[in-house]
Amino acid sequence: MPMSLSVRDRDRRLALGLWLSLGLLPVAIAARAEEPATLEVTIKDHRFAPAEPRVKAGKPAFLVVTNLDSTPEEFESRQLAIEKVIPPGAKARIRVRPLAPGRYEFIGEFHKGVAHGAILSE
Amino acid sequence: MLAALVIVFREIIEAGLIVGIVLAATRGVPRRGLWVGYGVLAGTLGACLIAACAGRIAALFEGQGQELFNAGILVLAVGMLAWHNVWMASHGRVMAKEMREVGSAVAAGRKPLTALAIVCGVAVLREGSEIVLFLYSVAASGSTSLAAMAAGGALGLLGGACLSALMYLGLVTVPARHLFRVTSGLIILLAAGLAAQAIALIQQAGHLEVLTSTVWDSSWLLGDDSLGGRLVHTLIGYTARPNGAQIAVYLSTIVVIAGLMRLFPSLPAKVDRARTR
Repeated sequence: MPMSLSVRDRDRRLALGLWLSLGLLPVAIAARAEEPATLEVTIKDHRFAPAEPRVKAGKPAFLVVTNLDSTPEEFESRQLAIEKVIPPGAKARIRVRPLAPGRYEFIGEFHKGVAHGAILSE
Repeated sequence: MLAALVIVFREIIEAGLIVGIVLAATRGVPRRGLWVGYGVLAGTLGACLIAACAGRIAALFEGQGQELFNAGILVLAVGMLAWHNVWMASHGRVMAKEMREVGSAVAAGRKPLTALAIVCGVAVLREGSEIVLFLYSVAASGSTSLAAMAAGGALGLLGGACLSALMYLGLVTVPARHLFRVTSGLIILLAAGLAAQAIALIQQAGHLEVLTSTVWDSSWLLGDDSLGGRLVHTLIGYTARPNGAQIAVYLSTIVVIAGLMRLFPSLPAKVDRARTR
């Protein structure tokens, strides 16, 4: 019965409500964000395939990089500010911000000589 | 060999500069070498452990364990640096006075030493685990001979250590009465840079979808991969292509730490002065 609530109870309810809404905040943000596209790239023999994945300009995306080699690799893109170690056999899921049209290069830092690629935003 | 040299050098200067600043900031504090040594040792052991568990850490939190783990480590370092600076703000005046009076014999508390040992530890931990993973990766793929790799790694280590030592020696030429101000300024910028890196990692994991677009691009002036770029990246958190959230976090870290230093200047100092007499 809300009429008989003491001040303290009301405060508690208020606090509880605040905490709950704080907890729900990420859910609300996640619900608002539109479902990003997924780009799949695999690493085999220290090479990326596809080496030039395409993404729609202005749309957020997730890059899923699977390392099929038996050695770790560091997926790195200066332009996209991404740096992520991918252990052997592991799959990395990396957030890519909405991009202006263009070419965004990435490399495998541990095998710089051969591991090259670029995201094409168009 | 060259690849090993470059990667080891790059990671060593990042950790080494932080250790150098910490050593300069604690100049005159007894047994600081021991504490910093503990931090570096713990960081090195931890780096090997992390490299060994890299697969498991990466798989945590739906594949975002690595980012969140690293971001957590960075936030810890930022907290420790902030704590050190606030502590110094309240005790620094007494310490500077005593340094002038009795040379290097300063009766300092142990508290900021633990904080700074942790900072050294996490710096080595983060950079060291990359070195371990890289060297393992090169060794396992068999593209370079072990001897060449070891030579490259050793040269990188040496170069990085020399540069860090130069930084330290440069800092200790600052007269004692300015030293605290200089090092606390450096530590604020260092902390702000680390906080900005932490936010970038959280964004990379896809957890913070605000202000993600690049605000400016100064890579034509100073690239992230150039030696100068790496130096200012470590020292003041420079990034050639920062996004809005990084800048916001960078600035607010500076404001918060500087504000806390102003908030707690005198009260604990009085207590301490009474105790040391």
